[in-house]
Amino acid sequence: MKNKVITIDKAMTFVKDGCSLMMTGFGQSGSPRHLIRALSKTDVKNLHTISDDLGVAEHGFDQTISALVNNKQISKAECCFIGQNPEASRQYIEGSLDIDFIPMGTFAERIRAGGAGIGGFYTKTGIGTLVEEGKETKVINGEKYLLELPLRADVAFLHAYKADRAGNAIFKYTARNYNTVMATAADTVILEAEQIVEIGDIEPDEVQLPGVFVDYVVEAEEDIL
Amino acid sequence: MANYRETIAKNVAPLLKDGDFVNLGVGIPTLVGNFLPEGVDIILHGENGSAGIRGRLAENVYEDAGTFLEWERTHKGEMTDYTVGHKDLLDAGSRPITLVPGACNFDIVTSFTMPRGGHLDKTVLGAMQVAQNGDLANWLVPGQMATGMGGAMDILAGTKTVIIATTLTAKNGRPKLLRECTLPLTAVRCVSTVVTEKCIAEIRDEKFHIVSMYPGITEEEIREAIDADIIFDDNMQIMVE
Repeated sequence: MKNKVITIDKAMTFVKDGCSLMMTGFGQSGSPRHLIRALSKTDVKNLHTISDDLGVAEHGFDQTISALVNNKQISKAECCFIGQNPEASRQYIEGSLDIDFIPMGTFAERIRAGGAGIGGFYTKTGIGTLVEEGKETKVINGEKYLLELPLRADVAFLHAYKADRAGNAIFKYTARNYNTVMATAADTVILEAEQIVEIGDIEPDEVQLPGVFVDYVVEAEEDIL
Repeated sequence: MANYRETIAKNVAPLLKDGDFVNLGVGIPTLVGNFLPEGVDIILHGENGSAGIRGRLAENVYEDAGTFLEWERTHKGEMTDYTVGHKDLLDAGSRPITLVPGACNFDIVTSFTMPRGGHLDKTVLGAMQVAQNGDLANWLVPGQMATGMGGAMDILAGTKTVIIATTLTAKNGRPKLLRECTLPLTAVRCVSTVVTEKCIAEIRDEKFHIVSMYPGITEEEIREAIDADIIFDDNMQIMVE
């Protein structure tokens, strides 16, 4: 099988001004901190991000997406919750950061649809709220549902505890979160791994993310593991 | 009523029954985990991917970035024990947690299949406003507060029983229990029970039925604090102090 390991500098060449970027992580856990840190040191701007949240800045953990928020590298964000990053709220209220808030389960399922070749789905989430506005609705089995459309990105950043050189990956505890679904829904999928092992070193039935969804693997640096 | 937050949490806890699979929201709902009765087997759901949360680690682990990063360095990778904690084992509020034996972790799609698909028995959430028809508003104050709805709308869309844990009135003294919500809704007709520091109200037939009151609180005080149709139950109970 093909060796997909590249340098973090090479990984950065896939992220262009104005591109859409998915990033895994639910707050701290499963956040691709190494790729984010590298991106925060580039001049790439006008990013359209697709992520659960915009980082956890309240305790100074600036190695999550909050680093990109602080640098004003994001112009548009699709996310679910920014309650742990006051700077993101400030930019949103000031008008410099455009945010589309999406209910978390709908957000995850839209990414799943985007990665699974599904053209959309009907859900009860958001019925009777602002989320319903402008959306097609349908009564199914006597209950009202609204139509949600798939979500995809140009590039996805992922974080695994362990991966082989072919991109087969294993996650720890709650770090799995968006990794398995976002890996399916971007044109270029870059996985950072704390530990990279040889092809064949992971038992096939222990793989949580099939390597076929991963384009590149980057070794995470030791300092902020 | 020395600590109203604890009073509310203590009075939510008895509403959770043996065998329930439950999601606790942030704030007062999280405290409910500290008051679960002995011998009652409840599985706590964390929407970021856990079933079987035991609780948070001591606060000194994450009070500043330096301490937290140092803790992460000694609780990572293969050095793992779900009863001690791990840098990749957090709750939905990004705090390190431990799990109970028999717990499991999963991805986000599976996690939201649980509430939306009707597999979660109960959820406990905070509120800014609750209407007498069960409508809930707890995510947005236009022009003032914008944090996003997180997973609340999805959890409310399919969870069988929704318990609200909140103070009876807002900080400015305005009623939270209303005829109609004036803030943007999180979900419609979803709330079963509201537990406050002064009373417990069940929502039935588009009215708040007061079924339990805190010792020393009068019906008059409750009437003044609720701007909605209310009925005092004939079989009034006394809340836990």
